[in-house]
Amino acid sequence: MIRKGGGPRTGVDWFLTILRVAVLTVIAVGLLAFIAQEIDTDNPFARWANPDATGLTGAQFRGLVVSGVAQGCMYGLIALGYSMVYGVLGFINFAHGEVFMVGAMTGMITSNKLADAGLWESNFIGSLVFIVIVSMVVCTLTAVIMERVAYRPLRGSPRLIPLITSIGVSFFIQNASIVLLGPAAKSYPDVPDWVKDKHTFMQIEGARILVVAVAAVSMLVLWYLVEHTKGGKAMRAVAEDAEIAALMGIDVNRTIVKVFAVGGAMAGLAGILWGILFRSVIHTTGFLPGIKAFSAAVVGGIGHLGGAMAGGVSIGVAESVGPLLILEPLGVSGVSQLRDAVAFAVLIGVLLLRPSGIFGERLPAEDRT
Amino acid sequence: MTATVAPETAANAPMPARPALAQDWRRLVRMGAVGAVAQIFIALSNMPVRLDERLVVKPILSLGYLCLLIVPFAAGHRVGHQIEREGVPQHTAGAHEVAGGAACGAIAGGGLSLLAVLLANFDLREPLVNWSPMLAELLAFGHTTGFAVVVWLLIGTAVGAAGGGLRLLGPRSQRAAVTMVLTVAGAAVLEPLVVDLAEGMGLEALSDRLYHRRGGVNWTSALVLAAVSGILAVLGRGRMRQAREHIAALEGAKRTRTNLGLIAATAALLVILPLFAGKLTNELAANVGLFVLLALGLNIVVGLAGILDLGYVAFFAVGSYTAAVLTAATSPRIHPELPWLVALIIVVVVTGLVGLFIGAPVIRMRGDYLAIVTLGFGEIIRLIFLSDWLSGWFGGAQGITKIPGAGIFGLTSVAGTDPRRVFYLVLAFCAIAIYVSWRLERSRLGRAWMAVREDETVAEAMGINTVNVKLLAFVVGAVLGSFSGAIFSAKVGSVFPNSFLILVSIVILVVVIFGGMGSIVGVIAGSAVLIGVLGGPKQPGLLAEFSEFKLLIYGALLIWMMLARPEGLIPSVRRSRELHQQEMAQDAWLKGQVEDDNGSDNGNGNNNDGRQAAAAT
Repeated sequence: MIRKGGGPRTGVDWFLTILRVAVLTVIAVGLLAFIAQEIDTDNPFARWANPDATGLTGAQFRGLVVSGVAQGCMYGLIALGYSMVYGVLGFINFAHGEVFMVGAMTGMITSNKLADAGLWESNFIGSLVFIVIVSMVVCTLTAVIMERVAYRPLRGSPRLIPLITSIGVSFFIQNASIVLLGPAAKSYPDVPDWVKDKHTFMQIEGARILVVAVAAVSMLVLWYLVEHTKGGKAMRAVAEDAEIAALMGIDVNRTIVKVFAVGGAMAGLAGILWGILFRSVIHTTGFLPGIKAFSAAVVGGIGHLGGAMAGGVSIGVAESVGPLLILEPLGVSGVSQLRDAVAFAVLIGVLLLRPSGIFGERLPAEDRT
Repeated sequence: MTATVAPETAANAPMPARPALAQDWRRLVRMGAVGAVAQIFIALSNMPVRLDERLVVKPILSLGYLCLLIVPFAAGHRVGHQIEREGVPQHTAGAHEVAGGAACGAIAGGGLSLLAVLLANFDLREPLVNWSPMLAELLAFGHTTGFAVVVWLLIGTAVGAAGGGLRLLGPRSQRAAVTMVLTVAGAAVLEPLVVDLAEGMGLEALSDRLYHRRGGVNWTSALVLAAVSGILAVLGRGRMRQAREHIAALEGAKRTRTNLGLIAATAALLVILPLFAGKLTNELAANVGLFVLLALGLNIVVGLAGILDLGYVAFFAVGSYTAAVLTAATSPRIHPELPWLVALIIVVVVTGLVGLFIGAPVIRMRGDYLAIVTLGFGEIIRLIFLSDWLSGWFGGAQGITKIPGAGIFGLTSVAGTDPRRVFYLVLAFCAIAIYVSWRLERSRLGRAWMAVREDETVAEAMGINTVNVKLLAFVVGAVLGSFSGAIFSAKVGSVFPNSFLILVSIVILVVVIFGGMGSIVGVIAGSAVLIGVLGGPKQPGLLAEFSEFKLLIYGALLIWMMLARPEGLIPSVRRSRELHQQEMAQDAWLKGQVEDDNGSDNGNGNNNDGRQAAAAT
């Protein structure tokens, strides 16, 4: 972080420097200890902090990475919504995680209805396509209504006002789900064996391959939409400077609606993937993935589509591998409970070390600092 | 602003009333459709069925039906709403208001008719848990579906017409009508409180007359209450304002004396009333007080310094846990069993340090990043208390139990079993917090906070060390939150990680925003209304039946406040000026413009200013 105007170093600056060094040291020591474990579990460095450390086998490690990548792809899909909205409107749509939850819920309802009708087993791929379409439509509508009701009236108000509103929207949608659908966790119907079982190819579950493939395809489609269509050009123009874009004859409101619609559709897709992967959904499903996806958007550089996806994958891998890689060798017990804490720590760490993300942010002119 | 564009006309004089059928039909249908969706949502959220038990006015109206009726009323009222604009003539109210309201209400009521038909013919129990015969029966008043369809259309029409008709009344009678309704509703809501107090003071006769034994205001008493409050509203409205202006106009020393007198009277009332109140009232008051304390702390961070801290619950948690570890004999690792007041000093130091530690890295960030990162910290702290890693210190998911009450100089011990003492303890700390906030707001530091809130760059240019100033706000807020935490652990007698979910932060934020950011009175009023009536995250309020729905209502309230009244219920003058700066500048510009165009014969020249001034005070 660059000090504004290069003023004198204050206590806070020293503290931040120390904190950065400390964070990097902990990561470095943890990593070295892990490497030491992998080389020889009995060497003194590996035994130093955690005498019971066993290290990871190659298969375990690969399993962790693959599940991290699959989950990260979902974060990436959600992150696209955060990133695009932030790029255009300059505020964090806190309720975007809830749109994802709505997608997962819609998928749950539709797939259970299909399963009752017997279509889920007989024509799995067809049903999957159907629930994806339904969920994307519902999520698009949710996002667009959200924009119309809660955000459009606030256009031009101070940045924190729409953020607070979006917290309210998020709270409302979560609790609406409780009162309408009940507070219990709900499950998806059983999926065919080829999705559940590990494949001969690298011993990866079918569902994870499916998730990565779908995410890659939708990413390509989105990239084409944004970079090579007229609507996408309008989006980029509005993100660059809404006022000038309006002068060039672009309907800013309509473009913003489109941005919300695309973000909503991606979140809907991610919701279905979540359902296929974990086969359980509850009203809080959207909260943590939402925050992590926002972290992903920041890590990748906000306003940057490819960055959002890359950030998603990095956050996914970090939270699945990080605890075992860094915390376990340092002698922290029960590390898997700290998964979510690690995801938050990554967010804080990135904002501390490099707030503009890996690929640099693309923000409206007045928001750049 | 959602402005309905009134038809442009050349004339500037008020237009005559429109004929009854000259409606803005698109707007009307849209409004009605929104109302219908809202009705269906409320019906399916199980609110009517759940709240049917609680009667508002003895045999006539239950809270459940009230929830449904309020929608067509609001839609019918809202549909006639026009934004006052400079240079655009106003329609005078007339029959079209009633007709429009009725049509709008009919559409909204039609939503319930539709739902009644659907309920009778389809079974959607699978995803929608409240798709029950009970709901169908409630909608049909125990009769057939056809009856339900007709009756809800009629009710919607009638209530919508009433809503539109409200516009026909003059501002004075409108105010009186609103006061009457609010008084009856308030009497119904406050029932447990009034009954409890009346018992304590030996006035059972009064409460028996007012309320029916199974709950609800007797309809005769409701009429009497409405009449009395209506008369008082008509008579007293001007007086109240006069008194306020009178006090405001007094000169320095005299005004301070009057204000001090008012504060002393309030304080005396707060000290004396609990003596007459039962357990329920005191428990409620103690909960409200805890949230006042938390909200005052957050108010310094959010309201004064303008830092949106979503992880405020972290300080509450740290305060609770530190106090628990220091006082409880059952604390897993260290258990010094210090007296509560000594522990409190350490709690303040520890929380201050945690505030510094969390604040320092985040304070430089952009406001919205800061919000998310503090949210992350709030969650990390809870996860750490929950984890096995430190369960040797903090007990993990089992938490720390059997925490002794708060001993004060060995005189008394304040534990949750005696809510009256808890209330007095909370009251004392609230008094400290109010004094601190009040002094800080008027200090150099407070002015620096407000400068940073309004424009950080300018504040920096004026020589304010923005980083240190913001960090101080963070720490002061943290310390106030830790008081609440320390009292909480002594009151409840146990701490668990799950008492410190993020939703607690959000609820405190709603309280601050609802009351008015940066306004001490507003924050207190906000806690009293929200926590007292709806209840806290885990604490029941006066409307205990609402517990399932209160978070939903908090969410809706947060959105509505931000859209309609971002400065809050009782705003601080400076803050609302900031929020409406643009509008005010626009008005001033427009006024100058209009005067240039039309000279001085402009009829509505002052309309907008009046509105703004009313919003600012």
